[in-house]
Amino acid sequence: MAIRDKLSGNEAVAVAMRQINPDVVAAFPITPSTEIPQYFSAFVANGQVDTEFVPVESEHSAMSACIGAGTAGARTMTATSANGLALMWEMLYIAASCKLPMVLSVVNRALSGPINIHNDHSDSMGARDSGWIQLYGENNQEAYDNAIMAVRIAEHADVQLPVMNCYDGFITSHAVENIELIEDDKVKAFVGQYKPSTYMLNSDEQIAVGPLAVPTHYFEHKRQQAESMRNSKEVIVEVAKAFKEISGREYGLFEAYKMEDAERAIVLIGSSVGTAKFVVDALREKGEKVGLIKVRVFRPFPAEELAQSLKGVKTVAILDKCDGFNAKGGPLFSETTSALFVNGYTPLAVNYIYGLGGRDVKTTDIEKVYSDLSEIVTANKVEDPYRYLGVVEA
Amino acid sequence: MSKKFEHDIIPAYTPWQETTPGGVIKESGNAHHFKTGDWRAMKPIWDPDKCKHCMMCYPVCPDSSIIIKDQKMTGIDYDHCKGCGVCVEACPFKAFDYVPEGEE
Repeated sequence: MAIRDKLSGNEAVAVAMRQINPDVVAAFPITPSTEIPQYFSAFVANGQVDTEFVPVESEHSAMSACIGAGTAGARTMTATSANGLALMWEMLYIAASCKLPMVLSVVNRALSGPINIHNDHSDSMGARDSGWIQLYGENNQEAYDNAIMAVRIAEHADVQLPVMNCYDGFITSHAVENIELIEDDKVKAFVGQYKPSTYMLNSDEQIAVGPLAVPTHYFEHKRQQAESMRNSKEVIVEVAKAFKEISGREYGLFEAYKMEDAERAIVLIGSSVGTAKFVVDALREKGEKVGLIKVRVFRPFPAEELAQSLKGVKTVAILDKCDGFNAKGGPLFSETTSALFVNGYTPLAVNYIYGLGGRDVKTTDIEKVYSDLSEIVTANKVEDPYRYLGVVEA
Repeated sequence: MSKKFEHDIIPAYTPWQETTPGGVIKESGNAHHFKTGDWRAMKPIWDPDKCKHCMMCYPVCPDSSIIIKDQKMTGIDYDHCKGCGVCVEACPFKAFDYVPEGEE
């Protein structure tokens, strides 16, 4: 039987890490991810895990230590937020290019400046092209579940890539919710033993990792990396199926909520989905044909599936919890509209940048989006596709 | 194919489907195959008559280019010597001349 418990998102992820029992955790504290290594180091001190815990002097060092451990053949995990992730930047690319499976819980926080400790997605969205798989959780349960699934996805023979387990700072990381934990032995069996194909502590095969790749080699190296990212989509779905067997909980690349006959849709990521579902339910009771899509997997981007799911809508609002600063909308907007275009669908699309730096996202905000979408349907055109939601205007 | 490699560990222009995962090189000590001698602007010239085989140059060479045989220095590995001149400075007996590459 599953274990009912009330935990913060961070504590739930730390519990997942205890159950996974990784070989190495190297981490540096930064709000709001600090609790993960804090709880986890208690598990280490209490002898509840066999993990080598490396308290490093910076996030750059944390990621470097994880890369070192990964190349040695260790199952490796860490956590960070915002500027901590930014300081890891250089090493994120190296972890991905060395094809090192590891799991980094990114507790989403606004990236400075101005300095702010609250939630938006500017940190992990900035790292979206670093070669890491990105999973986004809506709530504590999903943060816990994704942490466990991430291990299997990362280590799959067809993938061998690092995974970010992203969830919203404070809203998810610190709020306490009732969740269902899976029994320790089931998690242990689910993640299995990590068996790297090559590793530096293998005395039977001496290898060099992270070599210079001159113009005769670099391109093929990157192409191979891209193929692993392409392969990962199928693996993510496969792992979700296996996870359902032990948990009863269903996961896909995204969740289509009341989308079957929807004419107006919202696409968004993370904790605001709960608020948006509440609004969808209320509007549906009034007979309005509205739905939403919660993107769970942002890397690889589920372009074909997303386009299929949106092909029937008249209009779609894509909500970005970070600005793109290309002056043409946020990253989720750019990629969703690109997916629609390439797959031959052209619903009227509009972008909203929302919730930056922890700005509250209220039901009235989401209601406004659906009401704006009604206006777009009536006008049959989008006047101003690059909009802001909840910012104070003069 | 690059002429610098006498031994290509992963041959140049290997198709991406056939290269090793993450570019791993499954052979140790492979730095030896990468010849850095042509990076040299200045060249140390060893004078065997002045050399007392004190071995002061050997540990300071960053490219392991001081060749030792039977506890005696026998020469410089110009395939790998980058011409940094640290050996020239370290030698107590002025047994190295240090000249622009190509003018020796």
